[in-house]
Amino acid sequence: MSGRTIMTGNQAVAEAVRLARTEVVAAYPITPQTVIVEKLAEMVDSGLLDAEFIRVESEHSALAAVYGSAVAGKRSFTATSSHGLLYMYEMIWWVANARVPLVMVVVTRTIGPPWNIHTDHTDLLTMRDSGWIIAMAENVQEAFDLTINGFRISEEVSLPYTAGMDAFQLSHTSEVVDLLEQQYVDEFLPERRQSYVFGEEAFTVGCIGPNEYTARLRKDTFEALKNTEKVVDKVSREYEEITGRNCGLLEEYRLDDAEYAVVMMGAWSGDAKDAIDELRKESLPIGLLKLRYIRPMPYKKIQKLLDGKQVLVLDRDCSMGAGGILGVEVKNCVEATNIIAGIGGIDVGVDDFIKMFRVFSEGKLEVEKNGVYWWPPEIYDKGMR
Amino acid sequence: MLREIVILSFGGQGGVTAARILALAAVMDGKYAQAIPQFGAERRGSLVKSYLRLSDEPIRRHSSIKKADVVSIFAERILNIVDIKNMLKDEGFTIVNAESGGDFCINASKIALNLNLVSAGWPIVNTAMAGAMANTLGIRKESVVKAIKDTFSGKVAEVNATAAEIAYEEVYECQ
Repeated sequence: MSGRTIMTGNQAVAEAVRLARTEVVAAYPITPQTVIVEKLAEMVDSGLLDAEFIRVESEHSALAAVYGSAVAGKRSFTATSSHGLLYMYEMIWWVANARVPLVMVVVTRTIGPPWNIHTDHTDLLTMRDSGWIIAMAENVQEAFDLTINGFRISEEVSLPYTAGMDAFQLSHTSEVVDLLEQQYVDEFLPERRQSYVFGEEAFTVGCIGPNEYTARLRKDTFEALKNTEKVVDKVSREYEEITGRNCGLLEEYRLDDAEYAVVMMGAWSGDAKDAIDELRKESLPIGLLKLRYIRPMPYKKIQKLLDGKQVLVLDRDCSMGAGGILGVEVKNCVEATNIIAGIGGIDVGVDDFIKMFRVFSEGKLEVEKNGVYWWPPEIYDKGMR
Repeated sequence: MLREIVILSFGGQGGVTAARILALAAVMDGKYAQAIPQFGAERRGSLVKSYLRLSDEPIRRHSSIKKADVVSIFAERILNIVDIKNMLKDEGFTIVNAESGGDFCINASKIALNLNLVSAGWPIVNTAMAGAMANTLGIRKESVVKAIKDTFSGKVAEVNATAAEIAYEEVYECQ
């Protein structure tokens, strides 16, 4: 059914886009995303991918171009990072409000200044309120799987879909990935469809409308995104039947009997799992709830899974003046302690997590007034000059 | 068992590619592997760190390697500018492109020069080093050769595979 090899996250995403029989790709290069569209350009050039590759002069144009092709009924893809994402921000909202299905991969990268190419999840999470479906990969395999899942889910609910993956830790890291043969992807991913067809009758897209239409459309989008929870459940089960790999909304790791629960997303979750295994050897009852999707956010499921546990939310991002963005989200359903760490790509590994989780379980985290703890303390205490 | 390896090379020596070749070879041996380039702007001539993880089980962590089981040093001069001991576990070992100075030694530069593996005046030592490392790491010779042939094509693939084979046989304990 599949071939096992090693690939970087960027290569794996390009391969997933090819297997999805994507018809239009438009993108503007930005580190660390560039390799994705370089690979796709090579595939189009060599005939491996039968798609239109549109070179554009900016990220705003990249998303505008695939908006156009997606509206016209073509399976479309783009990718970006950080400042590129911010530059296309107007189109982010336009695409979601227009209910256009397409897929974009965001290789998460710090927003400057200072100029910084390393991972941080704040760029991806600036899309939180826009109406996009937002997923986040833990490893190269998930980046591959989520990209394929993305086309299916996006086209089923008529909402744009983004999958995030960490700069360098996934985008440039080669690791084991089980690829899929074309026939299995074709079986899982039917031909591109959408809720209207171009026919004899002329119609306009994105024109001016009465306020009541606008209000109704917003509520429709809101409900469609909430309803996507069930669609992700269904689609990820189907994908699991084909591949044996689940890409559902949440992943529980040693959570059942845990008294302490960590909530997080992204590539560093793997380090946290290794740390949890170490602490379990010392009989510390700690587990992990990994968020694979930020929108839709399954609040009720999260509440149920975390009920009665001491909760620690780890953020690699920040909502200025409020807290970590996941912290703010999770506090919608349970009480939680919130740590912001790894900002600007600061390396956080297994030993850091062991230390962090131990201090948390011992109740020794001195939380500041706004309820957020910035880790590691020595960076902030020293006051870098 | 998880083994963590750090490759120290100068930009342009191919340390990143060596890590990737060895990861691919390990996967061909039925293992799990991960190759991480140093995160940043790699420049020709500057010191570059690459990370390689090998394991019998899926590798979940993505952080950098602070204390390695093995440090592989692509240029003898690096021994003078990096505190190797500081990044090596007590029971760890080194493998160095030199006649002496490491736990394992291989004259990868000589192998590369003999095969005319030269680019912009430098011997390209990464495939010879990959061959020597494969031996000390328990990766099969056939796998590292195949990984090289999957990575390059034509005559380049053949010559690099030969470099790896020679180094695989010639690497020795030098203390």
